[in-house]
Amino acid sequence: MAIAGLATQEQYNYAIIKKFVIMALLWGVLGMLTGVYIGFELAWPALNLDIPQITFGRLRPVHTSLVIFGFGGSALFATSYYVVQRTCQVRLFSDVMADFTFWGWQVAVAVSVIGYMNGFTQAREYAEMVWPVDLLIAITWVTYLIVYVMTLRQRSQPHIYVANWFFVAFILATAILHIFNNMEVPISLFSLKSYSLHAGVQDAMTQWWYGHNAVGFFLTAAFLGMMYYFVPKQAGRPVYSYRLSIIHFWALIFLYMWVGAHHLHWTALPDWTSTLAATFSIMLLLPSWGGMINGIMTLSGAWDKLRTDPVIRFLIVALSFYGMSTFEGPLMSLKSVNALSHYTDWTIGHVHSGALGWVAMISIGSFYHLIPRLWETKLWSTRLVFIHFWLATFGIVLYISSMWVAGIGQGLMLRAFDDYGNLAYTFVESVQFLFMPYVVRGLGGVFFVSGMILMAFNVAMTIRQGYRERAMLDAKLAAKLANA
Amino acid sequence: MRELLEWFTHMEHSKPLSLVLLFVTFVGIVLYVYSNRKRAKRLESYKYIPLDDDESTSDEQPAGKHHEH
Repeated sequence: MAIAGLATQEQYNYAIIKKFVIMALLWGVLGMLTGVYIGFELAWPALNLDIPQITFGRLRPVHTSLVIFGFGGSALFATSYYVVQRTCQVRLFSDVMADFTFWGWQVAVAVSVIGYMNGFTQAREYAEMVWPVDLLIAITWVTYLIVYVMTLRQRSQPHIYVANWFFVAFILATAILHIFNNMEVPISLFSLKSYSLHAGVQDAMTQWWYGHNAVGFFLTAAFLGMMYYFVPKQAGRPVYSYRLSIIHFWALIFLYMWVGAHHLHWTALPDWTSTLAATFSIMLLLPSWGGMINGIMTLSGAWDKLRTDPVIRFLIVALSFYGMSTFEGPLMSLKSVNALSHYTDWTIGHVHSGALGWVAMISIGSFYHLIPRLWETKLWSTRLVFIHFWLATFGIVLYISSMWVAGIGQGLMLRAFDDYGNLAYTFVESVQFLFMPYVVRGLGGVFFVSGMILMAFNVAMTIRQGYRERAMLDAKLAAKLANA
Repeated sequence: MRELLEWFTHMEHSKPLSLVLLFVTFVGIVLYVYSNRKRAKRLESYKYIPLDDDESTSDEQPAGKHHEH
């Protein structure tokens, strides 16, 4: 067994995957702690301690960048490099280029968040990085594309497994989105400030074309690639329908690019653009649920695993949240619903049911599968994985239910009128109403991040155990050789 | 020829045309995937690829079938 493991370590580049896994966990814990802190800042603003660097406005992009790009991005690099090697049965195209993607990505994340705390931002949501960081990301991303595509070209396996299709679509689409949304003119070579090449409503349109497709390709398609590999592996059975996965892929790819404008309902955007985006958003429900059913039905005939295997619980609950948030998204894209939900905390709840429920849960489940295999050992504690599962699930439920109360309540208060046609509530009254939901949301975050800290501890102990077992094995081999 | 090219430069022509092309392509993919029993069997055989690799530390069941090349 150990000899076979050593051969696998030699055959594939696991070193790069290990580095990305560790950084994903580090950024994940930091990013979620930041999220909890700013969540409580909204309930108790005095928590900003009058220090500009830790006010909500500066820490918010720190939180989103750390969890999306630091945690999510590193998790995607790790799992995509693992999946492409295992399903193509070939080593990564270039170790040097893969290492470059690691350092390029980590430096971009670190420099960005330090910059945000100190007020350097281009103020585009989820694309706040200043122009030199944009350039670094573009170079890193193109290198990633080259490594991935060249690895696929060198595959020993004749067919390219569907998970790789999702990963390639994610890499390609993200490159296009990043480049077009960040077309800008720096005011000078030695300034971090720049002006967007787009203007007015076109600028908003481009930003939300980027913003929603970042959700579609970075936070959905890529994690579906993860799902199509790790759910069958952990369940020990193939995906329910391969043909459905093909239709899922193409339908998602054809539909996603059209829906970004639903973020700009009731603005200066032409009405037909809004309607078009809402229509395509509703159509997206079909492939999304097709994929969810395909993933969940993979367990068909082996549902008992849900009782005994905490890792499969993470994966299946992730798919359930994927189904839930891809139902809620189209619902909120309807103009009449959006009139109530937009500019309220319902949106924040929706984002987190996708980000925590789908993205984080599928990544956590995949990591629990992946980590023992990378370090050739077993998980240090399965009991901690069970505890993590319940902490995460309870945290998400608290988070999204409090945000439903906050958002719907807030929306109703802001458009309530009295008998004389005056606004029934002042803005301050709506802010007062939000206090309790904000406290409950913060508690939900505390539960979730506690689970992440437990995971980091469990992973650290697993890695230590892996190194110890390896050292013992080396010692035994050395003793045998000495006796021979 | 020039008139034809100019016709394409108008957004009100190129957008519906691209929509028709994309929709027809998608319908073609659906028909390709579901229309032929032999092809369906071949496509379904690919789902065993993740289970075919040789993980030494895995505790999952071995793949029951092998895909057809």
